[in-house]
Parts: sequence; C-alpha cells; structure tokens
Amino acid sequence: MPDDNAKKPEDHAGVSRRDFLKISSITAAAPLVAGPKTVLAAGEQVPVYGPGKVPVALTVNGKKYHLELEPRVTLLDAIRDDLDITGPKRVCDRAECGACTVLMDGQPVYACSVLAIEAQGKKVETVESLTQDGKSDSLQQAFIDHDASQCGFCTPGFVMASKALLDQHPSPSADEIRRGLSGNFCRCGTYAGIRDAIAQCSRKGA
Amino acid sequence: MPNYSWPDQDHRALIGKRTTRVDSSVKISGRAKYTYDVKRPGMLFGKMLRCPYAQAKIVSIDTSAAEKMPGVKAIHIVQEPGAQVHWAGDEIVGIAAIDEGAAEDAARAIVVKYEKLPHLVSDAEPPKGAAEEQGPLNGDDIGDMLDNQVPEREMIKQIQQYGITFKPEENMLKEMKEDGAPDSVLEAIRTAPVHESASARPKSYYQKAAAITQGDPGKALAEAEVTSEGLYGIPVITHCCLESHGSTSEWTGPENLFVHISTQNVSGIAGQMAEPLKIPASNIRVHQDHIGGGFGSKFAPDRWGIVTAILSKKAGGKPVRMMLERDSELKVAGARPSAYARVKLGATRDGTITAWQSESWGTGGPGGGGMPPIPYVFNIPHQHKEHTAIRNNIGPARAWRAPNHPQAAVLTMCPVEDLAAKLNMDPLALFEKNLNLTGARAQNYAQELGIAADLMGWKQKWHPRPATVPSAPVRGVGLSMHTWGGRGHNSDCDLTIQPDGSVEIKMGSQDLGTGTRSAILVVAADTLGIPIGAINLQIGDTLYPPSGGSGGSTTIGGVSSSTRRAAVDARDALFAKVAPALNAQPDELEAINGSIRVKNDPQRTLTWKQACAKIGAMPVTVRGKNPDRNHPPDLTNSGVAGVQMAEVEVDPETGIVEVKKMVAVQDCGLVVNLKTAESQCLGALIMGISYSLFEEKVMDPTTGVMLNPDMEFYRLAGLNDIPELVVHMMTGKGYDERGVIGLGEPPVISPGAAISNAVANALGVRVPFLPLTPNRVLSAIAQKAGA
Repeated sequence: MPDDNAKKPEDHAGVSRRDFLKISSITAAAPLVAGPKTVLAAGEQVPVYGPGKVPVALTVNGKKYHLELEPRVTLLDAIRDDLDITGPKRVCDRAECGACTVLMDGQPVYACSVLAIEAQGKKVETVESLTQDGKSDSLQQAFIDHDASQCGFCTPGFVMASKALLDQHPSPSADEIRRGLSGNFCRCGTYAGIRDAIAQCSRKGA
Repeated sequence: MPNYSWPDQDHRALIGKRTTRVDSSVKISGRAKYTYDVKRPGMLFGKMLRCPYAQAKIVSIDTSAAEKMPGVKAIHIVQEPGAQVHWAGDEIVGIAAIDEGAAEDAARAIVVKYEKLPHLVSDAEPPKGAAEEQGPLNGDDIGDMLDNQVPEREMIKQIQQYGITFKPEENMLKEMKEDGAPDSVLEAIRTAPVHESASARPKSYYQKAAAITQGDPGKALAEAEVTSEGLYGIPVITHCCLESHGSTSEWTGPENLFVHISTQNVSGIAGQMAEPLKIPASNIRVHQDHIGGGFGSKFAPDRWGIVTAILSKKAGGKPVRMMLERDSELKVAGARPSAYARVKLGATRDGTITAWQSESWGTGGPGGGGMPPIPYVFNIPHQHKEHTAIRNNIGPARAWRAPNHPQAAVLTMCPVEDLAAKLNMDPLALFEKNLNLTGARAQNYAQELGIAADLMGWKQKWHPRPATVPSAPVRGVGLSMHTWGGRGHNSDCDLTIQPDGSVEIKMGSQDLGTGTRSAILVVAADTLGIPIGAINLQIGDTLYPPSGGSGGSTTIGGVSSSTRRAAVDARDALFAKVAPALNAQPDELEAINGSIRVKNDPQRTLTWKQACAKIGAMPVTVRGKNPDRNHPPDLTNSGVAGVQMAEVEVDPETGIVEVKKMVAVQDCGLVVNLKTAESQCLGALIMGISYSLFEEKVMDPTTGVMLNPDMEFYRLAGLNDIPELVVHMMTGKGYDERGVIGLGEPPVISPGAAISNAVANALGVRVPFLPLTPNRVLSAIAQKAGA
C-alpha cells in the first residue's frame, strides 16, 4: 500500500487490486483522455487513471523510460513489449511460476502481477542488469558451472530469485535455499544444478 | 574411403568429456531470444476465441461488433456454424489487433451461439461389454484422425485394417490433402478395401483396441504356483511447456511467408503450412533461436499457427504474434494418454515369471489411443492382453517424452513388485532372476541393477513390506527398468573452412535444451582438432540444410553423425591441401590441439591458421549426411537399458509422500557430452518426481472442462520437492563402441513405477494410481484397514 495512507491508520483504505478493478469499470464510460481523475472509493478520493493510455515513467536497469500505456498493462508486458527487454518471461501470467521475477527496489516481485503504473518511482532490475560489459557475475557463472539451465525459459526468473535470496542470506542454509526458491518452477528439471550453483556462491560468501 | 568411425578413448579431445553447455551464457543473461520474445516491426497481437463446451455444435457466430472496434485489424472464423466441436478450448475465431488488450476486448465482443451436446471426459474403467469393434471408417472418422493428429503410421494401419465405407473420389482426397492428410495416408485410402454397405458405424466411446495372446496363458496361470493380481494406473498429464505454443507470422510478399515459431521441428514446419496456406513450402521461411520446452508437443504448426498466418495476410501481411495463454496451453496444447490395467501374474515359487494377463484401458482424447507396450521389458512367455481405447472429449493427446513407456513401466513394474511381495522376495532378486526375459540388453540390466543397488544402498534400505500399515512416517525403496530405441533422424550438415581459418556449421536443427548445440560443436571440434569457440554454429532456420524433428531421442544420433561425416570430409580435404607443405601424404596427418601435423613426427607441424592458408582462394565446403549408407559405418545405434531406484518417506497420518533419494543408472552408447547427458537424466528424474506425486489433468465430468488449467493447481514439482539425486552413466567398453544413442526419453520412463513401488514397500499397501497424492495414499491405507 502507498505510504501516504500510513498517516491515518484508523481509516486505512488505500486501493486494493479489487477496488482498482471496480474503479476501472466505473470509469470505463469516461471519455478517452489521459491523466488522473479522482473518484470516491472506500471513503477516500483516490486518483484514477485511464481507461485510455496514460503517461508512465519507469526506471529499468538504471535507465529511465517514458511510455504511454493503458493502466491495465502489467510491468512484465511493459518491460517486454514496450522496452523490448525480454529476460523476464511470461509463462503463467498470474503469480504462480516465477519466470517473470524481477527486483523492485531490491525485492523480488512477479512482474506479471505488478501494474506498470504501480512500478513508477521504483528501481526495477531484470536479469539483464547482472551482465556488465558482457561479463557474467559470480551468480551467473555458478549457474553456468553447474549446468543450471536446459531450455532456459525459467532461468532468468531463477537467477533473479537466487540473487534476491543471496542478497538477504549471503550464506543460505539448505532450508533457506528451498524456501527462497519455492516461488519458481522449472519444467526441464534443473533444480539440482540451481541448488549447487547457490551453494557455490554461498561458499564464496557472495 | 575416409574413416568416419568414432575415435577410440585415447584419441578423443572432447567427445565423452564434460563440456560446458555452449548456450548457457546467453540463457543465464536473458540474451537468448525465444519465439515469445521476438518482436517484429509493426507487429499485431493475436488472440483465439475458444469453445467453452466439451462437445457442441456451432449455431452462429457474430463478429460484427468486434470488427468495428478500434485497433482490430483482422478477424478469421476458424470453424464455421454447423461445425461440431469435440473438446473445450477448441479454436473458433482468431483475432489480430494493435495490442493485446484490444485483441482481448474484441474476443469478448464476439457472440457465438452453441448447441451443447452430451460429452464424456472420464477415463474410468469401461462398463463390461461396452467396447465395440472398430468397423470400416467413414469420412468423418478420417477427418477426426486428421484433426486429432493421430500419427501417420497409425492412420495408415487403421485404414488398411478396417477399410472404408466410401468410394475414394479424387476431389474428396484433394480436400483431405488440404486438411493436412499426408500423401501416404491418401494412398492408403485409395487402396483400402471399400465396404459401402457398412453404414456409418454406431459411435461408441469405447473401442476394442487390442486383443493379443501369446503362448498358452490360461494353462500357465492355472499351473502357476503363485499368482498376484492388482489394479494400476497413470492419469492424463499435460506437457506444460513453460514457453507456450505459438508463432509470429508475416507475409514478406504475396506468396512469401516468414514464420518464427516455438517448435521441435524447424525443418518440417514449412511443409505442413504450405498446403493449408496454398503456397509452395519453399516460399516459407521458418526461424527459431531457442525453444522454451517441447517434450513431444511441438512438431506441428498447429491450427492456431495456420490461423496466425491467415490473420497476417488479412492484415496486409503485417506480423501477427499469437502465443497461447497458460490455460489454453494446458487445455489443448498437449496431453499424455492415460493407462490403467487389471493385471494378473503367474510365477513358480522360486520367482520365475511364467504368465501375464491384463485388461487395460485409457484415453488419448478423441482419437482413443493404443495399448502401451505391456508387459514392459520382460517378455513373459505366456500372455493374454486386451485393451479398450476410450474416445472422449478431453482434447487431443500428443507425444509426451517416451510415448507410452512411462505408462507401460507403471503397468508392468508395479505388478512385478507386488508379485515379489507375494513371494516374500526382494524385488531386486526377482528382477535379476527374470533378466533372461529382457532380451538383447540383459547383460546391461544386470550390470546396471548392481550399480544402482550400490548407489542406493539397496541392501541396507530394503525391508519386507510391513504386515500392518505403520503409524509413524516410514521409509521404503522401489525400483524399475526401462528401454528405448534411438537411432538418428535425417540430418544434413554443411561445414565450411575458410582460408583464414574460420569455420562455420549450418544445420536446420534445433536445441530443445538437451544440449544439441553443444553436441554438434563437441563432435566438430574434436574431429578438426580446434577449440569449440573457433567454430561458428548456425541452427534453427530453413535457410540451412534440413535436419529432422527432435523426437524419439533421435536428434543426437542424427546431428552427431552428419557433423562427424562433414568434419571428417572437411578435415581430409584440408589434409590434401596441406600435405605437400609438410612433405607428407595426407593420410599421415592428424588434426590436434589447433594444429595439423605429421603423426609420429610432431616437429613437422602447421598451426590451424597456417594450414588453412593453403586452401587457396575458395573455401572448403562439405555436406555430411545421416543416414548415409555410402559413407559407413552407421555411427548410431538403437536400444538402451536403464535402471532407477527410489527411496521415499510416507507419513501414514497425512498421506504425504516425500522422495528422499533417487538413483538413475543409464546407458546410451557413446556419450558425446557427459555434462549435458547427466543433466538430461537429472531433469528426467525431477520430471518423474513431478508426474509421480503431483501432475494430473483434472476434468470436470459435469461441465467437461479442465479444472486445473493453471500452475497453481496443475502443480509441478518445485525445488523443495527434490531430494538427493544420483546419476551414473554407463561408459567405456561394451557401451562406447555401440555408437551414439539418444537420451531424451529413457530416463523419464521409470520414475513413476520406482516411486510407486517404494511407497508400496514403505506402507505395505499398493496405491494403485499415480499421482501419489495424500488423498490417494490415505484411501489405499483405509481400504487395507477395512479389508
């Protein structure tokens, strides 16, 4: 929830996703103009965007982008279709598989389940950010060493989830590895390699 | 005659060693471009409106509102009013629009009226006497087989065996050809016996698919000292490729199409698109860099692929991308047939298996499907088996990694384990006692059983089944064996050595994540004596020489053989050019460590670059082929063994099964790249744990739709479910000299049977059907307690 609401915990309302969808349908009849309006929702005046395209500013991999997007566009689709950054993959499109995992202000999120407009003002990092001057970082090198990708479609999500895990637990226990990566699925069966790759980084104290 | 034979162990720089997967670095960095990632200039987004009913007739379709919507660029009705739909999720109308949202909005604005018809989505045991003989086939039957992608040879077999009810007119055959009927099928129709008097046979959901007797099973069972009976089964599961099926098509001219498609069959796609689009196959260019999983489900352009091209044409040739949403992917883009059986085994008291009797059934969707190869691996002397195919409305089946074999393993290895329990025998001893029934690979099984037992610690871990179900978590071990064919598919390989020393390989193959790129480069680099990094490999395009589809574990045999022949020919051509400079005969030279030198006289040497400078102005270009009888020997082989063992822990209170350890011992002839071969086996074990414990396509009998078309309820195994995994590849004498044999299918066959057997060993109760969910485990325990 936005921090603005934290001031008034007694009538903490904010806009849940469900509210947002309701609002979208309320305003569907509004003329197609950009820019926020406000409507009364859950007892508060809240800004409403759309349903037409609105300006959206995103910071991805250290670069600022100014886009015109419908408010219903997810962060994942904006990154992939509008910025042509295709490391994050679209697989389940509903926060079940982790193939779209990116970091938002350092926290791992499913980009398929964050709206692009919600990601404004945050630092978004995709797997592409790890490669500097064409060189893999130590985590990526560990994935290579342990053959932790087969078809490779889940790999960018796993790399980012692993990075988030190691950022928080530089020397994760076996249990922390299991739990930290339980939000990602692989179909080819590369888990053994991924587990060993993280163990290698852990030993290095990455 | 050039010597194409694989080098022996002492003369291999790379073959058989552990080589890092060559496309790892593009995959871990996000640079690998998949079909889903391809964005063409001016690209439109395609969507498919699908039928919500399992069986229905289309009454009317109104697209007028959608056509007027802003952003909608093309609409194509896939099935016209009057057509009958046989599964929920079938394609009705395709839409292309400027973005995905607009396409979705348009799909919602299309009004389709259906007349709902009765359906069957269950694959429960057929009622007694319900199965009917297959009569002569009518036009609809053949149309159904085409729609349902029944394999070509199966179609031909049925047409020849049962005949047809109509006189095959040429215009009718032409229509069938346009619907995608292969020429061989049309020829079978032309020459099939015609039974015009046989009216359209009554449609039954149940069809007698097999009734086979070998020896005298009645007598053998009557005389058996011990018999064991049980019920076993393995449900329909999906492929669940992480990259869904789909393509981007664009018309680069009035008769020229450019297709990016997620496929296991780059070289074979154009031929399948040409007929429905009415353009020459040679006008269709197909490209794919990387594929996000196929597992047997991505050999065809699919109806949605054809529709994508039609939408592009309607939109003035603009690129249209249509990738399936996850729910469609799970509903319509691939399923593995189910198989269930009541099995009775007969044996002597010392454990010699003498008789097999089975009544089996299963569904492969509207096509029904056939009987798995049971009894599996063990050719039991006396057998009687009957199979009923259920033709129902769950959607079409597709080849799923090792088609029919995981089913056969469950339906065979579980009864054999139950027989061992009845005999109070260690199943390992029972398997070993009956190895004479396994045929040509008996010696391999014997070796592999011994190695697997050591790696598992079988002797320490195996215990007789408990007489009563334990009350606390309990461990058990189980085993299974499997086999597969192999050989190599057709493959052409172009290899060019330039005078500046650069080397290029072009091949219309694809790398499914199995390590095909790496294998091609290992073979070429080993043969030319240069590093892998010195070779530029291009695959995945119809601009390159054709290579077969990646199915049935035939890719490694195909590409390694054609690459070897090309590399040997190119190297020998280079030797011929270089020999005078080294004052030697060409056959005295060897290519090693980036140099061309005289054998036994390493002083007379040229660097690779110096040697290539002798080529002259024109590069050396050769084509290697597989198969190639004119250039022996056959570098591939067929037929592998394989043994797997599983250790599980079962909590009888919750019914939760945890796999604690798995061991895979696998042979595949000459291993090209040990590292990716081991990964294939590890991945297969993990996939096996997944389908053993979690996966099932759950159909709702009332509405006829799939209840779990998402990744929350169609659950794959996660990292948390994966125990200690041990893979041992059989290499060296007895294996290497057999040549290269595929590895994609074999290791995924046994996990279901091995894990099920381990659970039976732990609990003393057989849980009859996979997946071994808590619900099924608790039911089996309750049934035993109540018995």
